[in-house]
Amino acid sequence: MAVRIGVVVFPGSNCDRDTVHALDRAGAEPIVLWHEEASLRGVAAVVLPGGFAYGDYLRAGVIARFSPVMRAIGAFAADGGLVLGICNGFQVLAEAGLVPGALLRNRSLRFLGRDVHIAATRLDTPFTHALAAAGAPLRMPVAHGEGCYFADDATLDALERDGEVLFRYVDEAGHRASEDDRAANPTGSLRAIAGVSNAAGNVAGLMPHPERAAEAILGSEAGAGIIRSLVESAARAARQPVAVAVGAR
Amino acid sequence: MSTHRFAVNVAPKPGILDPQGRAVEGSLGHLGIGGVSAVRVGRRVELTVDASDEGAARTVVERLAAELLSNPLIEAYAIESIAGASSTTGVSSTTGVSSVGAGEG
Repeated sequence: MAVRIGVVVFPGSNCDRDTVHALDRAGAEPIVLWHEEASLRGVAAVVLPGGFAYGDYLRAGVIARFSPVMRAIGAFAADGGLVLGICNGFQVLAEAGLVPGALLRNRSLRFLGRDVHIAATRLDTPFTHALAAAGAPLRMPVAHGEGCYFADDATLDALERDGEVLFRYVDEAGHRASEDDRAANPTGSLRAIAGVSNAAGNVAGLMPHPERAAEAILGSEAGAGIIRSLVESAARAARQPVAVAVGAR
Repeated sequence: MSTHRFAVNVAPKPGILDPQGRAVEGSLGHLGIGGVSAVRVGRRVELTVDASDEGAARTVVERLAAELLSNPLIEAYAIESIAGASSTTGVSSTTGVSSVGAGEG
């Protein structure tokens, strides 16, 4: 049976249907969770899709953070549930404190809608294990105005030490971008960070859009490995409670 | 109950990259203005709070400012009571009138 994965829709989300499509193609059973819902309806993982939740008023992601569904997601994440935030979804997770850091206005002050390359730093995570290789460049689009990853130096050092930096901006050849490399790291993200996870490793966010680069007709399939990683990890997580129930009998 | 008006001024913390401030600074040359530096762009939120007294109202604003209006990782805030805009409800009408007058002034 296909694993059930929730895709949250806030007022202003606009990548929810792309995300549903990509999850469906990867073999999951995606269901849409409205932001007013306080129940996650038994999903094995949750995706916060891209968009402009609540118009990005005040700060991108902050108003979404206080919606009923986010309370449920906070509890789900604390229990070890898998949560992936893409673009605006990453901003919501950062505002909610579910992943470290903050997303500042792009250094160029421009809204960026273009392809970038990112690379996974490690493959032993629920979000990257199906990728072919760590460090391999993955081409996919970004579409945001606030994607400049920021945390203070002590936090950045800790993230690197503990393996919480999941994705970095790289050039076409896979070399890590510098903070000033406007071509490869157009957001100006500190230490070229494109995606991070929490300390426990079950909640992750990234600014680029793997769901928009998950099949050949979209011009790149490089994001499919990230989606597939999540679906397979969710399927494993969904089997877990069953095993516990059987064991308890 | 009384009514209190506050402003919450939110600005990027010192040392935090502020591309908006930098862009404003960069434009000053076009205006022929020199000698201006360290431009930081923030946000000002004004609000009215009904509470038992000013201290209770300020506590509410503190919480709002810390949890919603600012992101403590990147922004600092300062709360300011807007003079003349506060009023006490349910007392003599002169208080209300003088408050409005001060607001207009």
